[in-house]
Formats: sequence, structure tokens, C-alpha cells
Amino acid sequence: MKKRTMETSLAGHSPKLIRSIERRLFLKQGLSLGALALLAGCDLTDDESVQKLLTGMSRWNDGAQAWLFNPNKLAPEFPESAITKPFPFNAFYSVDEVTLVDGKDYKLELEGLIRDKKPWTLPELYALPQTSQITRHICVEGWSAIGKWSGVRFSDFLARVGADTSAKYIGFKCADDYYTSIDMATALHPQTLLTFRFADQILPPKYGFPMKLRIPTKLGFKNPKHIMSMFVTNEYPGGYWEDQGYNWFSGS
Amino acid sequence: MEAAQAQWVKIHPLIVRITHWINAFGILIMVASGWRIYNASPLFPFRIPNELTLGGWLAGALQWHFAAMWLLVINGIVYVTYGVVSGHFRRKLLPITPRAVFHDVQEALRGRLAHEDLSVYNAAQRAAYLAIIVCAVVLVFSGLAIWKPVQLQEITAIFGGYESARVVHFLTMALLVLIVVVHVVMVILVPRTFPTMITGRARRAS
Repeated sequence: MKKRTMETSLAGHSPKLIRSIERRLFLKQGLSLGALALLAGCDLTDDESVQKLLTGMSRWNDGAQAWLFNPNKLAPEFPESAITKPFPFNAFYSVDEVTLVDGKDYKLELEGLIRDKKPWTLPELYALPQTSQITRHICVEGWSAIGKWSGVRFSDFLARVGADTSAKYIGFKCADDYYTSIDMATALHPQTLLTFRFADQILPPKYGFPMKLRIPTKLGFKNPKHIMSMFVTNEYPGGYWEDQGYNWFSGS
Repeated sequence: MEAAQAQWVKIHPLIVRITHWINAFGILIMVASGWRIYNASPLFPFRIPNELTLGGWLAGALQWHFAAMWLLVINGIVYVTYGVVSGHFRRKLLPITPRAVFHDVQEALRGRLAHEDLSVYNAAQRAAYLAIIVCAVVLVFSGLAIWKPVQLQEITAIFGGYESARVVHFLTMALLVLIVVVHVVMVILVPRTFPTMITGRARRAS
């Protein structure tokens, strides 16, 4: 009985107290939300432990995307009328700094877990069975453009040179010092093409002469241009943008 | 004892409070990093001031976006499962009629919205909270449509293709941010609703 009266009397006194507690809580929480917003503004990403977590999540996303990747799922193809004109140029340098490769001396070098490492000249590559695709190129920046590329199916080429397709990665070194790498499942996808033509013309320098690996199941930066050599490996090769923080798998 | 208990009503279950704050944190990260991603290739003739964005540059913003994505998806599954299975959605968000929403929004604009019993949401609140859930669902699916336009091309097709899915994703974000701003303004106008989302309880107004 005594307890009850005490509580009742406490309750009788409490509205003011509660209001002040409410106010304090509100201020406190308001401040921490503000602090969070401040953190968002400054470079929270530079914090080492945060960066470790984000990199770990990016590796996790590589795995999730590899799991989601269906080797038989085809990227949508479009009619000629859907082709984006002019097709945008994009690289880590401007269009007047495009690397010019001499086609006469050119030889594609093969390295790593490949049986027949004989280099390939352009006439030899052009003589292989060719196929075309009109697909959407999607840039990591968000924009997209539809183009037509022609070349040899990459899985056919890998079979022809005796690449070890049980290996994990294929890496590419390019004439403009760009480099990147892809997973074997994507390399063997039927729409992954080693292309020599854009819009039915020999690839102009700005689109990657003498060749561009066209992968419609990956973002644009995973489609290397000016390829000079490729290698099959089980060691993670990384890439120009990937080493700076872009997600490695970057599948579409 | 009864007298003391009668002073307090339980308003928000623990699961709702936890998921609410995880959601608030996750959405803040998604919006701030999403704005940075938007700036890499703006859909509209404006940019978001970099000071309001997260990630420092495109790669950093993408890392934040695709990390917070998992936090929000897991949190969303917990919240929606709880809301449906426990009857929380049915009890708190239904019924809702356009007429009641219209009426309560008008009352709110006149500053006369009844807010005595915090355990019952008025129609304007029900509409806002339901709209947030719908926005979240549209954001998840339009996000999947942009992230995986080949592997999940059936979802992309629902939005009319990759480019229009980007527009839907952006506009739904804008709508969500608008609702959240109104929500925060309402909490500032009726501050005693704020601690209830932390303690779960409110004093009953008699």
C-alpha cells in the first residue's frame, strides 16, 4: 500500500520531469544525427577500418555476383536502329591522347596457362569465323549506349589456343597501359567477343584498335581496348580501376 | 501498481524500434552515396553538392552503396516479416481510406491534427508510413534493374529498360527523401513522439 502511494505521488510529479527528459533525449539524438550527417560530408571512406569493411563487402559482392551469374543468360540484343550515334568515347585520358597501335607490326601475345602461345597477327585473327552483336554498353558512371561489335567468339578462341579453362582468371594488358581481368565463366559466355570491328568498320583508335574484348555481361571498364597480350592464371590479377576501389566482378 | 502502469502505454515494439533506427542509418548512407553516384553522370541538369554526399569519389560511393544495400535488405526482411506475421501492419497501418487521409492531411496543415493517443496512427501517418514501405520496395527492384540488367533483365523490363529504371530509381529516392523530411518535421513539431521510438513507451494523455 505504501509503495503504491509513493508511485502515485511520483507519477503526479512526473510530467515536468518527463518533458525535460524528452527534451534532453531529443537534443542528444538530434546531435548524433547531425554528427552522422557531418561524417557523411567529410571523407569517412578514408578511415582505415571503415575502408577495410567496405573492401571486404566489395569482395563479398564479387562472390554474390559470381553466384548470380548464369552462363546461359544472354544480354538483350537490339536492332540497328537502336544504335547510339555518336557512340561516346570514354577512357582514363581524353580522346586526343588515344594510343595509336601500328596494325602491320601488331602481334597478340599469349601467356600463362595456354597450350599454344604462338602470337597472332591481325590478318590471322581476321580470318577466324566472325560474329556480330548489338548490345548495350553500361558505364560504371551510370550512362549507357548501344553499339555494334564484330569479332570472334572468345570461348572459340580460347579453345583454339588451348587455354586452361579450369583456371580462375584471364588478364589483359593494353597498349594504353590499361589492364584488367575477368573470371573464366564470363570469358566463356557466348556473347563475350574478341572484337575487331565497330559498326561494321575496322575499330577506329578511339574505340580500341586493334581489338576490344566486348563483354555485354559486364560494365564498360571491364571491356579492355588496345589489347596487346592476355594471360590465363589462377593468381588474382586486379585491374587499373579495380586496384583503385571499383568492384572487380562488376557484372551486369 | 495499476495506477503507475496506467500512465504508460507501450507504443513501439522492440523489433520496430531497432529496425527503424537501422533503417534510418542505412537510408542515410544509401541516399548520400547514391547522390555521389548520380553526380558521376547526372540524369537531370543539376548536380548534388559534393558536401552532402558520401564516398569521396565514384568508387567510394559505390562501395558504400553496395555495402549498405545488404544491411537494408536484411533489415527490411526482418521488419516486413515481423509486420506481416505479428499483425503489426494490419493493426497500425490499416484501415486506410483516401477520404480519411485527405481529411487528416488538411487537419495537419491547419495545425489541428489530433495526436493525443500516440499508440494510434492517424490517417496521414498511415499513408506516409505505407508510402515509405512502397518506396522501399520500388527502390529495391529498380536498383536491381540497374545493377543487373542482364542477369535480372526480367525486372529491368518491368521498368521499361535500363535507362528508365535509372529515372524510376532516382525519382523514387526523391519521393522517399520528401516523405522522410516531412516525417522529421512532424517529429520536431510533436517532439514527445521522438523518445517513444527509443523507449517504446509514451505517457497516456488522460
